[in-house]
Amino acid sequence: MKSLKTFTRGGVHPEENKFSENAAIEALPLPKQAVIPLGQNLGVPSKPIVKKGDEVKVGQLIAKGEAFISANLHSPVSGKVVKIDDAIDSSGYRRQAIFVDVIDDVWDDSIDTSPTIVRQISLSKQEIIQRIKECGIVGLGGATFPTHVKLMVPDGKKAEYLIINGVECEPYLTSDHRVMLEKGEEMLIGVKILMKALEVEKAVIGIENNKPDAIRHLTELSQAYTGIMVQALKVKYPQGGEKQLIKATVNREVPSGKLPIEVGCVVSNVGTALAVYDAVQKNKPLIERVVTVTGKSVRKPSNFMVRIGTPVTELIAAAQGLPENTGKVINGGPMMGKALTSIDVPITKGSSGILIMKSEDSRRPAPKPCIRCSKCTEVCPMGLEPFLLAKLAKLAIYDKAENEKIMDCIECGSCQFTCPSQLPLLDFLRLGKQRVGLLIRTRK
Amino acid sequence: MSIFTISGSPHVHGDENVKKIMYTVVYAMVPAMLVSVYFFGLDALRILLISVAACLFFEWVFQKYLIKGPVTINDGSAVVAGILLAFNIPANIPSWILIIGALVTIGVGKMSFGGLGKNPFNPALVGRVFMLISFPVQMTSWPIPKPIIDGGLLTDAVTGPTALGLLKEGIGAGKTIDQIMTDPAMPEYIDRLTGNMGGSLGEMSAIALILGGIFMVWRKVINWQLPVSIIATVFVFAGIFHLIDPTHYIDPMFHLFTGGLMLGAIYMATDMVSSPMNMSGKLIYGVGIGLLTIIIRLWGAYPEGISFAILIMNAFTPLINNSFKPKRFGLVTKK
Repeated sequence: MKSLKTFTRGGVHPEENKFSENAAIEALPLPKQAVIPLGQNLGVPSKPIVKKGDEVKVGQLIAKGEAFISANLHSPVSGKVVKIDDAIDSSGYRRQAIFVDVIDDVWDDSIDTSPTIVRQISLSKQEIIQRIKECGIVGLGGATFPTHVKLMVPDGKKAEYLIINGVECEPYLTSDHRVMLEKGEEMLIGVKILMKALEVEKAVIGIENNKPDAIRHLTELSQAYTGIMVQALKVKYPQGGEKQLIKATVNREVPSGKLPIEVGCVVSNVGTALAVYDAVQKNKPLIERVVTVTGKSVRKPSNFMVRIGTPVTELIAAAQGLPENTGKVINGGPMMGKALTSIDVPITKGSSGILIMKSEDSRRPAPKPCIRCSKCTEVCPMGLEPFLLAKLAKLAIYDKAENEKIMDCIECGSCQFTCPSQLPLLDFLRLGKQRVGLLIRTRK
Repeated sequence: MSIFTISGSPHVHGDENVKKIMYTVVYAMVPAMLVSVYFFGLDALRILLISVAACLFFEWVFQKYLIKGPVTINDGSAVVAGILLAFNIPANIPSWILIIGALVTIGVGKMSFGGLGKNPFNPALVGRVFMLISFPVQMTSWPIPKPIIDGGLLTDAVTGPTALGLLKEGIGAGKTIDQIMTDPAMPEYIDRLTGNMGGSLGEMSAIALILGGIFMVWRKVINWQLPVSIIATVFVFAGIFHLIDPTHYIDPMFHLFTGGLMLGAIYMATDMVSSPMNMSGKLIYGVGIGLLTIIIRLWGAYPEGISFAILIMNAFTPLINNSFKPKRFGLVTKK
């Protein structure tokens, strides 16, 4: 195997706890009702084009992404639209969603539902981007940035590398790992499609060394695809961060405040590559995804193929129920996931995992005074001083916080994870970023 | 319907905590404590116990009755301050002076600034320097060490100067280095390494101190770069003068293994609260301490300089923190 690469600055190594890594992807039974929030992508929410009483098929367009940064939304189930109303989503807020009562499982005729793998990429660059846009593909790593926007390289910039994120540096989560093992071929075709859309010759798939089976499998498969290289990476959080992954794989440093294209890179997740394959080769919109259900107390840690809009309750039931002493349910991983207020919320395009925590692990320990140990500075992958930024945010000294590069914070949480005084550093950093961001926008 | 806890990410925490860090420092000082008990017997035990007990007591009094906040004496920071204070004083110091020293350490050095994490100066050094200035005679009469195996459970009434004291006196009297080194009271090299010489409790054995330092580096409580930068600066700076005039300036190895240099460099200067937070800042701070130590030792009024050097550099820590930043990600465009 090639030597292990990694990013150079900061980073931590939380307990990996990948309990579900050997659980094959199972298709989850359809829910009775799907709740499809309109704001599932980063940017502007989609505009509904169906109304109460409409009959819909699986894969039928039900809401359009009209703004520049927005995405189409398709019905993940077949049945009848019962209402368009507010529903609590995974952020805890009430937001508009389309409610569809499920009747049978009738797919839109244009979708190729056969299991045959289509290898020949017949669409042109422009057609690929158009198809990805129509199919509502967004980044499945969690950021949910519309993929077609990412593929439109701005004038004067040139993409050299496509970097595929197979790192899955979040502890517990295994959905990307299973996709690489079980859908490797489709995913690699997806990578080739993305390469064609970006007009790049080289793609690097970064995978952390705790998934040797995925590294072996994809290395073998990729022999058949020119220009795709698998790079084994040392296990270190937050290697799945865009800037850290670029540094680790091709040793380039994205300048502060700039996008990866500045250094000729575009980063996409393995789940997204699979969704791109489905869209371009099978004309299948983004209506389902792989979601890990896991936790120390979960009886059957699993990976499910889930239709968007399925309530989290059903996933937990399929993993043999909510354990007695559950104190917290997290949408995502333990480092960056969001705690859910209710488990009735639906799975969305950005849900990569449901993590269930025991009540004794759910509460934060009481914070103690900062002893100025500088461990937060040592682990910050962006070379920031979290203790200082947290203090500046607390004291509302936003101009200084801006000068100290608070907006470079990627909210990975390494500082708070490592702080011996258990200070809520990231809470204050988020507050500071929000305020400084507001100031920057009003200045323009 | 269950009620769930809601909090921002991250939802997991590493295994670091303040108490663990403090007790790691305590464990690192065990070898040096054993050496001090070996050479000074029950007196060393008396000093260590009184110092730690007094620091804990004063921390409790200040937190409960003056600050009226939570009492956190079990976090280990007062124990560390107590042991460090004990390490910095002679074994025959009267107990009442030691108790006053502990009061200054905790009261002035730590609590007057708001307690743990807020003090700009190393509390144990504040206490030590206060005692040195207020009780110069008691603080500079060093008992001659008498190993326990030679039947010495208590220190003798016989006192003598430290190696650095002898050197300073000799230079003051116009003697050359060679003449001073032939003084029968001057400890041999091997004694300086193992600690068989006059001095404070904790500055005896360089070997025991370095052992504890390696332990702390391994447990990631201190960076090795800071102590090494101090020691290297002392070595280079003292070495330059030794090369210029060997009859007046002693060889640099002498400086490394005498006085509290190892104690200061490994345990006092590395105090998290009062030292700079970024690597480049730590190096500047270390070089500053090394330079000031030699300046005081060669030309100052006191034979020993590292306590003052550390306190002076402590005062520069906020300025150093403000000027030496970690290297930000993405400030240099690489192509």
